Amino acid sequence: MNILAILIPAALVLGLVGLVAFLWALRSGQFEDLDGAAERILLPEDDEPKK
Amino acid sequence: MSCCAASSSLSIPGSAHRPDRSELLDASHDLGDGRVSTRLAVPDAHCAGCIAAIEKAVGGVEGVEDARVNLAGRFVTVKWTREAVDPEAVFAALDRAGYRSGLMDMAENGPDPVLRRLFIALAVAGFAAGNVMLLSVSIWSGADAATRDLFHWISAGIAIPAVAVAGRPFFAPALHALRAGRLNMDVPISLAVILAVCLSIHETVTGGMHAYFDASVTLLFFLLIGRTLDHVMRSRAGAALRTLDRTTPRGAVVIAADGTHAWTPIAEVAPGMTVLVASGDRVPVDGTVTSGGAKVDLSIVTGESDAVALASGDQVVAGALVIEGPLSLVATKAATASFLGEMRSMLEAAETSRPALSRLADRAAAIYAPAVHLIAAGTFAGWWIAGDGLHHALTTAIAVLIITCPCALGLAAPIVQVVAAGRLLKARILLRDGGALEALATVDRVVLDKTGTLTIPTVEPAAIDGLPEEARAMAAALSRQSRHPVARAIEAACTGRAAELADIREEPGHGVEGSLDGRLWRLGRADWALAADALAALPEAQRSAPVLASDGRLATVFEIADRPRPGADEAVAALKRLGLSPVLLSGDGAGKVAETAARLGLDAWSAGATPADKIDAIRQMQADGHRVLMVGDGLNDAPALAAADVSMAPSAASDVSRSAAAIIFLSEDMNALPSAISVARKARRLILQNFGLALVYNAIAIPLSIAGYATPLFAAIAMSASSVVVVANALRLALPERDRAAAPAAAPGGNRGAGLTPPVGARA
Repeated sequence: MNILAILIPAALVLGLVGLVAFLWALRSGQFEDLDGAAERILLPEDDEPKK
Repeated sequence: MSCCAASSSLSIPGSAHRPDRSELLDASHDLGDGRVSTRLAVPDAHCAGCIAAIEKAVGGVEGVEDARVNLAGRFVTVKWTREAVDPEAVFAALDRAGYRSGLMDMAENGPDPVLRRLFIALAVAGFAAGNVMLLSVSIWSGADAATRDLFHWISAGIAIPAVAVAGRPFFAPALHALRAGRLNMDVPISLAVILAVCLSIHETVTGGMHAYFDASVTLLFFLLIGRTLDHVMRSRAGAALRTLDRTTPRGAVVIAADGTHAWTPIAEVAPGMTVLVASGDRVPVDGTVTSGGAKVDLSIVTGESDAVALASGDQVVAGALVIEGPLSLVATKAATASFLGEMRSMLEAAETSRPALSRLADRAAAIYAPAVHLIAAGTFAGWWIAGDGLHHALTTAIAVLIITCPCALGLAAPIVQVVAAGRLLKARILLRDGGALEALATVDRVVLDKTGTLTIPTVEPAAIDGLPEEARAMAAALSRQSRHPVARAIEAACTGRAAELADIREEPGHGVEGSLDGRLWRLGRADWALAADALAALPEAQRSAPVLASDGRLATVFEIADRPRPGADEAVAALKRLGLSPVLLSGDGAGKVAETAARLGLDAWSAGATPADKIDAIRQMQADGHRVLMVGDGLNDAPALAAADVSMAPSAASDVSRSAAAIIFLSEDMNALPSAISVARKARRLILQNFGLALVYNAIAIPLSIAGYATPLFAAIAMSASSVVVVANALRLALPERDRAAAPAAAPGGNRGAGLTPPVGARA
């Protein structure tokens, strides 16, 4: 059963990383324009949204 | 320049009213540091080339700090310093780049905090649901008592904070409803989730077998998906009144008896005062013209975009845009009694008395919530009276609440609406109100406006086709410099390369000129552009048409005609096939209306209709028990659009009409109309089917849960299965149709309805 002491925290931490990553992506506006992001890869210049 | 120009059809693009500085600032979002951010609609943007062209064009305007295109939403966000805001320059830059543009509604402008909160709640619920479910699976697989208790404690540690965060979108409205003494869908949801958590905590503390932590968080997760989709589809229509207020001038320059000019607030402008209106401004009150020679654009009033020359003594109505001024007039009415004021009160009345969209989901909820509470209470009472102990009775009742929680019901309608909106968007139809889809499905009368809706002023293609490359490039370059409706029509017709001309300038009322390699090119009125002998050689009939000339020699004549919108006749036939009776209601003279009606095969028509007549006609149909779809574009149609059960406007419609309409069609093709109706009908069928599936699920699950068989495992399987079934059923709408497999509108590959399908949670 000792293995649970490692696996469960590991699973939860990984899950939390996913959650935090999503919240970060949401906060930094990455879901604002899903279609634009796909097209912008074709543009030559460096294309970062200004703050 | 507009790479794969979607607007290559020969029509006037976006001849709608352009906002002035104060309107623009009103609709902007203040960033707080002296900068504002404004969203401008660019409906034709659709590829990487468009992004680059638009950002370059707008970014190059003085005072603009940043311009960023949002392709999913088809708008560009412009950030600029407040002092430097100059709408003219930005719209001109977009015109030159070849893109139609306009100001977005205030409702569509700026960030949406509610949606953001829903996404966060969804992410938290998704994380908790995934993890608690995994722990639960090992419990169900037969973990021994010690492990089970440990897992229950861990689940509690995840689920309790998750419910506290993710449950808020339900708890708050539930509390609100209870305070007001009502029951809504949120009450049984909140009750089920909170009771399930409380029961599970009790079970965990006492080392019991069944904890419902997984059920409570998965419940929230599924319901939040439905709630988020529903929010995305929420109504953005009905903002016509605000848009109209933006269009209304706030004051006027009044000339006093001693000749002094004073800016006077609109409310204080009384009949008898002399008012001066500069070029580019709107006439504030109805009045009699005292100085001749001015030209006004009455498109806001009549929908016709020809400039009208006014002589002294003519009547002019509020809202007319002065193209060539200044115009001085004596007010004959106060602002509230003027055309715009009357339009405002008519719109107000129409918007408030519009038949309520009784949405299927709301009607289902009205039956559902009390039924669920009765069944749960009955279960509790039944088991208690049967002498099974308080604990068992309570557990069973809570299980009933969990099982009956409207996951499938909450998903059934929003998911169909989102899929349908995605499909409509592919066919270039923009849905601004999810409820409109349901209304559209039950419509049985269609009222059509003529000018701008069924017909559009266009340039005869013959004049363009025969044109040498050089002349065509000239026409394209010159026409871009002018806002005149005819110039816009020519610009739309002359696709392809535009010449780089020097010394371009517009001669108001005459045309545009520019030079290249020492030759002077003119686009405009024949008597201005042509030399005397060339003018004399021109047939009399063509002298009123705009011409292109180089050094006074005729290059071509542009014939302008009011032509039916592409696909108008097919659309009318299709509407008849769908069992709808299309009616043409126009403010135009009987001759023109009859001709259009005959051409398009419309049997029912009426001419010379005022805005009030249109409303009356719609009310009459509604009184006869019909459900009416109104399609129109001018400001004069706005009250009728607001009065109809559901309304549709082309994207080139006036701002006020676009705000009044629940559905906007971006394509030139009139076939958008019948195809929207058939998608709506399919969507309605699917929603009803989904409700049927949810009913079947409940019919099976409720008796089992009343009987006490609803263990956490049973609840998890039943809830997930029913949700998956309704989602799968809804997605059938996104499948390409078998009979129209070749139709470009129904491209395979799902429903990435640009921007309308939000990312659905992070299920960690």
